[in-house]
Parts: sequence; C-alpha cells; structure tokens
Amino acid sequence: MTTTDDTERSGETRAAVPGGGRERLADWLDRHAQHIFIWPAVTMILIFSIFPLVASFIMALSRIRLRGGSYRVRFVWFQNFEKQLFGSEQFHFLGTFGGMSILGWVVALLVTGGIVWWVLRYLMSGPTVVGLVGRLFTWGLVLGVGWLLAATFFSGHPFGTLGTTLFYVIFGCGVQFVIGVGLAFLCSLPIKGRSFFRVVFFVPLMITPIGVGYAFRMMADTTKGPFSPAWQWLGLGDFAWAADPWAARFFIMIGDSWQWIPFIFVVMLAALESVPRDYVEAAQVDGASSWEIFKDITWPQVVPVAATVLLIRVIEAFKIVDLPNIMTAGGPGIATESMTLHALFAWRSLDLGQSAAVAYLLLFVTVVTCVSFFNLVVLRRIRA
Amino acid sequence: MSRTLMQRLFEPTSIRDMAIGTKVIVYSILLFWTAFVLFPIYWVLITSFKTAVDVNSGPVFLPFIDFQPSLHAWKELFVFDYEDTLKAYVNSLIIALSSTAASVLIGSMAAYALARFEYRPKFGVVLTFVLVMIAAFYAVGAYGVDWRLASASGIAVFVFLAIALGRYFKARLSNGDILFWMISQRILAPIVVVVPIYMMFQQVRLLDTHIAIILTYTVINLPIVIWLMYDFFRSIPIDLEESAQLDGATRIGVFWDIVLPLSRTGLAATTLLVMILSWNEYLLALFLSTSRAQTMPILVAAMNAGERGILWWSMSVVIIVMIIPVIVLAIILQRYISKGLLLGAVKG
Repeated sequence: MTTTDDTERSGETRAAVPGGGRERLADWLDRHAQHIFIWPAVTMILIFSIFPLVASFIMALSRIRLRGGSYRVRFVWFQNFEKQLFGSEQFHFLGTFGGMSILGWVVALLVTGGIVWWVLRYLMSGPTVVGLVGRLFTWGLVLGVGWLLAATFFSGHPFGTLGTTLFYVIFGCGVQFVIGVGLAFLCSLPIKGRSFFRVVFFVPLMITPIGVGYAFRMMADTTKGPFSPAWQWLGLGDFAWAADPWAARFFIMIGDSWQWIPFIFVVMLAALESVPRDYVEAAQVDGASSWEIFKDITWPQVVPVAATVLLIRVIEAFKIVDLPNIMTAGGPGIATESMTLHALFAWRSLDLGQSAAVAYLLLFVTVVTCVSFFNLVVLRRIRA
Repeated sequence: MSRTLMQRLFEPTSIRDMAIGTKVIVYSILLFWTAFVLFPIYWVLITSFKTAVDVNSGPVFLPFIDFQPSLHAWKELFVFDYEDTLKAYVNSLIIALSSTAASVLIGSMAAYALARFEYRPKFGVVLTFVLVMIAAFYAVGAYGVDWRLASASGIAVFVFLAIALGRYFKARLSNGDILFWMISQRILAPIVVVVPIYMMFQQVRLLDTHIAIILTYTVINLPIVIWLMYDFFRSIPIDLEESAQLDGATRIGVFWDIVLPLSRTGLAATTLLVMILSWNEYLLALFLSTSRAQTMPILVAAMNAGERGILWWSMSVVIIVMIIPVIVLAIILQRYISKGLLLGAVKG
C-alpha cells in the first residue's frame, strides 16, 4: 500500500497512458486503483459540499446586493449574526424576551445546576484535552438553549425558529422513536400477518413529504376534512388549528411522525428479529414475562442499532422544511417556522447574507448536537 | 390451581403463543396503527376521484355511495395537461434514477476503497488546500475576480505550496478520518450549501438542467451510501478477493465481479433508500429548477394555484402517481430491504 500525498496525486494526472493497447491501460488502472476508487467521491464532495460551505461562510459575513444579473458583496464581519442574535431579528431567531417568570428562573437554575454537576463529574474522571474542548461546545449549547427556553417558553413569551426547530427535533424524534420501537416490538412477537403489517407500516416512507403535508392539511381541516363531523360533534367546528401556535406545531409533528416512524420501525424490527432465539426461549422457559424478556435480554442487544437509527433520524429532522412550508407556511406568525424555512424566506426576500447566517447557525446547532450525540451516546453504546 | 382472571388473560399458556388478553391488546394496537397509516392514503385516493363540489361541501367517504367518482382530475392531468405532467414525471424519473445509480456506484467505490486500502494524507497538505480555497473564494466574492482565473491560480498556488512545504508536514490523517469526513457531510443541511451551488451552476450556465440536479442529488446521497456500504464491505471476508487477485484479476475486476455481487443485499437496501430520498427531494429542486427540469415534488407544491385555492383533486392524483415508481422498486428489491439496512446500522 502506498501513501497518498500530493506529489503522487499530481503524478497520477501527469502520467499519460504509455503507448496504447488494452493491457497497458488495464495495468495502469490496476496500479492506480487506490486513487481511482476514492477520487470521484472526494472530488464531488469537495466541489458540492466544501466549496459551497466556504462560499456560504463568506456570504454569511457579507452584505450582498443583487443588481440585474450581478451581485455586489460588502464584507461586514459578524453583523449578520449579530442581527440574528441581538439585533432586530432576535425575535425571529431566538424569541421575544421580556422578564423571566418564577418558573423560568427555576428551569434556568436547574439547567445550570445540571451542567455544573456534569462538568464537575467529568473533571473528576480524568479529562483529556480533546474531550474537554468537545464537551465545552456541548455544555455551551445545552446551557444556552436551556436559558433561552427558560426566558421564552417557560416565562410565557413566544420563542423563535431555533426553539421551533428544537421542538421538532427533540419532541418529534422522541415520539417517533418510542412509537417506532414499540411497533417493532409488537411485530416481533409471534403474531399472524406479520408480513402484512410490515409492508403496510412501511408505506408512509414512500410518499413524498410534500404530499404528506397536503394530506395532513386535509386531515386537519375542521370544516371539510374527514374528521369534521367529529369536530362539529365536539363543538370545535370553528377551531382553526392553523391559527393556534401549539396546535399547528403539533399537527406538523404528527405529519412528520406519520412519515418517519416507518423508518425507525423497519430498522428496529430487523434488529429485534436478529436477536438469537435461544436466549429468548431460555428466558421463557424460566418463566420471564414478555416485558421482562424485552427489558433484560432483547433491548440490550439492540441498543447500538437503536442509537444509530435515532442519530440518523435526528440528523434528518434538523433539516425539516417541506411540512411547515406546505401545512402552515411557517404560520401563525413564525410559530411553526423551522430554521431551514427561516433561511429560505430570507433568501426569497433577497437577503442572502441573513439567509446564509441563519443557515450557518443551523449548521452549528446541528453539528454540535449530532457530534455530541454520536460521541456521548452512540459510541458508548456500541463499545459497551 | 386457581388462576385469577387477570392471570388467565395475560399469562401465556404455552411458550410459542400469547395469552388471549395480550393478543387482544397487541392486535388492537396493530390494527389501530394500520388504520392510522392507511386512512390518509385512502383519503388522498378518493379525493383524486372527487369533483370540486364533493370536496368543498363537507366530507364524503365512500365512492358510489356518498358521491359519484369522476375522472375529471385524472383527465385534466393526463389528457389535457399531459405535457406538463409527463414532462415533470419523466424529469423526475431521469433525475432520480441517474443520481441513484451514480451515487450508489461512486459511493460504493469510495466505501470499498476505505474498507480495503490504506490512505494517509498529510494533515498539513489538506489544511493548505482549504486555506488556498478560502482565499480564492474571497477573491471571487469580494473583488470580482473571474472564477476560472481564481480556481486555476488557486490550484497552481496549492501545488507549489504542497511541493515546497510537503516534507515539513508530519501529522497524517487516517482512513477513519476520511470516512468521518465523508459521512459527516450528511449533517450539512442543504440550505447551507444551496445558494452557492445555485450561483455555481449559474456561472457555468447549467441552471434548470437535468445534469445540475443529478450532480447535486448524487453528492447529497453519497454519505448515506458510503455509511451503509462501508460496513457491508467490511463484513465480506477478504480471502475471496485475495485469491482472485492471485489468479490475476485486477482490483477493478475484483470489485465489479466479486465484491458487488456479494453485497447485493446492502446494495438493494441502499438503492431503495437513496431512490426514495432523491425522488421526493424538494428544497434543492426548488432552487435549481424553474421550468424545464421541474420535478414532481415541485409540481405537487405548485397545485396551490393562487386565487383558485388548492386544487385538492389534481394534487391527490399527482401524489398517487408519485408513489408508483417507488412501490415498483420496493417490490423488486423487497426481500433484501430489512436485512441490508440492519447490517449497515448495526455497526454504523
């Protein structure tokens, strides 16, 4: 195995195919197989992920004006971020502040106490430099989000797109995970028609998210939708769910869950079915109940898969945009607007700098959350 | 032996079977979920046969009993407006199939390379590359330097620096770092990169073409393919490949003739997942296509036609016809799915 450094890389392009003939070409290809296999992927990721990432960062630090076909860029350092975090867009991104309630203080102190306890416990257990730096990001994010929610949600003020996105991610993924694992467990029991349930439960994943959005808009219609007789009967015929922030958020979360529970279900069912049968049967002979078997035997075996599938789901959940866009267009007000939608709206109003800044804030939150989750939960579960 | 009612209901009578009470609960939960899953689909299906009056006059549930099904929405889309519908459908098919094929091929190649070869790029060289790139972008963005000039001189500067400084760099990255770098691209929300990608395609005049969307979808799905296939390739015993190489097979021959057929299961599951993701993708298509390369999700979203309100019936038709290719593919690949997904996830 040779090493890859740039002299060889450029050598690879320089070396023309000597002479002609298929054999020589095949020989040349074989000698350079190591590079041929990996370079298409590396080049494409560089061009379509890394270049844009850098360009987007520069955009986030600039004020961009479109004029005709061209654009003018002025470098403004962190003004865009400042505007989102402390300036005129604060209400939109973080939320509205206005005095903490007692509950807000309690939550804030609890979060702070939890973080302090976590920090102390980690410092006692022999920290490493990398581990400490990584955890500093995690602690900072948890502390920041904790105080943010304490000052907005728990003090009775509306929160912004950051809080909404975290609601979809944390609450939505939690619900999806519990239901998905539960259904997978039920389907792994000795029941009839298992393949029928397996196919049916998989179907929502195949439907386009836009379609799911429209379908759930019809479901939720209290005047013409299929459940409108029930709503009328309950005396809620005039209730416009799209006008109530929490009702709207929950409807979007239900639509999202409908679509994504199948994903967790399919993977978890496969994991549950791969648990060796003899363990389970031995426990059954010993008289353990189904629940005990699940808790003590099956679950520990599937925890690594569960952690991974939850991570994949969380990564995708941060990108949520289709459902809020279709079902409520972010409304009422900004109540259901996710961060991607926030950036999309900023782009529509041709404010490219703000759009890139919001996108970067989303990237920061996503990366810190997912990397923390991966290192603190997934790796530990896989190693255990 | 006096068993209480609760015991009789909830304790299994034999190992293989469940008690009657447990059975009732399990089946009712499963049937409830079946209804929850199927009802929205049923509603979309019957809505596609409703007229505007049926939709707007309150809910009607049963075709032929509650309302007279009509084919007007289907006719409108496939007879009168068939050009637009068909164009978007064909666009979507071309884009989803080509990008799926490309990302599965390129991603498997990279995953195989990372599972079988050893790469040790120098950290300093990579860092130099990133810094040169930032400088080139800044030059294009802030000073309006032509992008061709900037990229050419950027590459020249990088090659020069790398050759000049190469031997001073000692720290090296490993396969694990490359793998993590590639997989972590999935964390990247599309909204972060979509505007630069838009500008890039604008510069090379490829906006609103198939090739632009295919390339973009290929890249956003690469991390998933690499993630799932890497674990798959690692689980294949290496002996077979080694003996084939001793017999004179080339690396590429080994990959194509031995490794790929052995990993059919993983390939099938990965293909289906990637196909679903690119078939349904919305945000990137919204930016990169305006009319010629418009895909189906955009067509569905466009059913919200301004002053006429949402055309529920037409939209339902489009949703229904959009499921068909995915179901066809799922049936073809069905027996591999759960197994393949699992293997990737277990070791992920």
